[in-house]
Amino acid sequence: MNTINKTDAVAGILFILIGLAFGAQSLGMELGTSLRMGPGYFPLVLAGILILLGGCILASSFKSIDEEMTAHAWRGMMFILPAPIFFGLTVRGLGFVPSIFFTTLIAALASLKMKPLAALLLSVGVTIFCTLVFSYALGLPFRRFGPWLSFLGM
Amino acid sequence: MDLISNLTLGFATAGTPENLLFCLIGVILGTLIGVLPGIGATATIAMLLPITFQLEPVSSLIMLAGIYYGAQYGGSTTAILINMPGESSSAVTAIDGYQMARKGKAGTALAVAALGSFFAGTVATLLVAIFAPPLTIIALKFGAAEYFSLMLLGLVSAIALAHGSILKALAMVVLGLLLGMVGTDIYTGTPRFTFGITAYADGLNFVALAVGVFGIAEILKNLEGDQDRSVLTTKLGSLWPSRLDLRRMVAPMLRGTALGSALGILPGGGAILASFASYTVEKRLSKTPEEFGHGAIEGVAGPESANNAGAQTSFIPLLTLGIPANPVMALMVGAMIIQGVVPGPNVAAEQPALFWGIIASMWIGNLMLIVLNLPLIGLWVKLLKVPYHILFPVIMAFCSIGVYSVNVNVYDLYAVAGFGLMGYVLMKLRCEPAPLLLGFVLGPMLEENLRRAMILGRGDPTTFLTRPISATLLVMTLIVLVVVLLPQVRKKRAEVFSESD
Repeated sequence: MNTINKTDAVAGILFILIGLAFGAQSLGMELGTSLRMGPGYFPLVLAGILILLGGCILASSFKSIDEEMTAHAWRGMMFILPAPIFFGLTVRGLGFVPSIFFTTLIAALASLKMKPLAALLLSVGVTIFCTLVFSYALGLPFRRFGPWLSFLGM
Repeated sequence: MDLISNLTLGFATAGTPENLLFCLIGVILGTLIGVLPGIGATATIAMLLPITFQLEPVSSLIMLAGIYYGAQYGGSTTAILINMPGESSSAVTAIDGYQMARKGKAGTALAVAALGSFFAGTVATLLVAIFAPPLTIIALKFGAAEYFSLMLLGLVSAIALAHGSILKALAMVVLGLLLGMVGTDIYTGTPRFTFGITAYADGLNFVALAVGVFGIAEILKNLEGDQDRSVLTTKLGSLWPSRLDLRRMVAPMLRGTALGSALGILPGGGAILASFASYTVEKRLSKTPEEFGHGAIEGVAGPESANNAGAQTSFIPLLTLGIPANPVMALMVGAMIIQGVVPGPNVAAEQPALFWGIIASMWIGNLMLIVLNLPLIGLWVKLLKVPYHILFPVIMAFCSIGVYSVNVNVYDLYAVAGFGLMGYVLMKLRCEPAPLLLGFVLGPMLEENLRRAMILGRGDPTTFLTRPISATLLVMTLIVLVVVLLPQVRKKRAEVFSESD
């Protein structure tokens, strides 16, 4: 009878931890009075509410039935999340064109169905399209080829 | 008459060839992305938002409105054709729409959805034009205490939007509020929760949050199975509804429009509430309730009209009070602020061309949808057949460029990855992202008005109760909270949502 709903339990604990993190940081700031609230006042109240709600969710997880969790997208996380980070790290140095090419390529690797050649072709296509649309047509102020490639004479 | 001269100004603004073109591009792009399975209106707008930043404020907001209608229609298309509603508001459409499609009446279902939406959109646009100006006058009487109470009402109503647990939805609202606190404190200039990164001193980027939590989290979820989805293989069937179909859809359409217009004004997910309410009403009024769930045309016409009417009238609180009624409107606020327009009662007085231009463009956007999309349905169906593993790298490239182009700040790209992960984890834990986004947008406004109200009230918290408008709003908040938590309503809610799954 006493099964634990793991989804709810984890959610509850997560909310409590986030609440504690925000709360601890708020205490480091000036709290002020309720007449003149300092920067820490409102966040501290919110953190308290979040901890309370997290506690309620955790408590309710003991009374409900467990649910099956779907598969985790490990491969997806491994390639999708680094894509924008890579773009951020290289868009200034490498420039827009090579940076968006590799960003698309990295993202394309997230699916097992993508064959290497298809991924390459797709990335080339996306790069040409994006360069035409964003750089030439919309005129976004990006350097097409950055300083890291200056040795190539571009 | 004021109304006519105002509407003339609006149509003159929205009707310039340039703005018509942007509206058209918006509708096409919106439908294009919105028709992708699993991507709803909110995610679509979040992804396309950065494209509009290069334009003039009026054109940009008109294009956004176009994207919005396109995305909504795209969502209904996937709901009908492959039973995959991108957003909870088109979940109701999927119940009977998909059944109609399985019976070979997909074309009719799509046409009924489009016609119902257009009719509702026309009526609701007129309502916005009539009621927005007088409401701005009331809005000018709002002080800090009233704003605080109204936002509280909006946030609490937002939990009606969420599918699952009410506690989790509340927690997501609070988490959103906390994330909204990141950045420099407006009164003292103290940096808060920035981890010493000066790039976050202006607060977390709203577009980064929206794209991460909606767009990227959604992609990750779709990659879980990494399997093909089944696209409807049967024929679309005839597009044009038969005379009998038309006769059957009139009454539900009218009722849906009325319900949607009324509920859409409520802050916090009026449109979705309206489509569920309309479905329930139609089922109850129908002489053949057993047909519902098996392809009843009333079950498509009513909720689609209600949904669209609600979507339209939810512009009223945005344009008059500057308070977004749902996540899409929250995105609109974000876009307006980036364009240097502060949403609120002053917009109508100070920028009449912008104000009336947006209202007129709502109707134009709806018209374009029906002219454009009915003939193009075949094309959208083909698009549904493009394999997902080709689509998502393209989406990722657009997201990266889009987020970066907002502020040309690379930290926003790191934030996108972080929010994507956060959104995915929360989604796995069955916490819906919509209340979080609403909390994030309202957070800074909520705090500012709370602090101002307390200073004006000399530190006396009863100021919220002694001011009549504020007290009324707080009582309404309490009623909403009690109603949602009532055991019968909870059971009913669970039933409605499970029916749509």
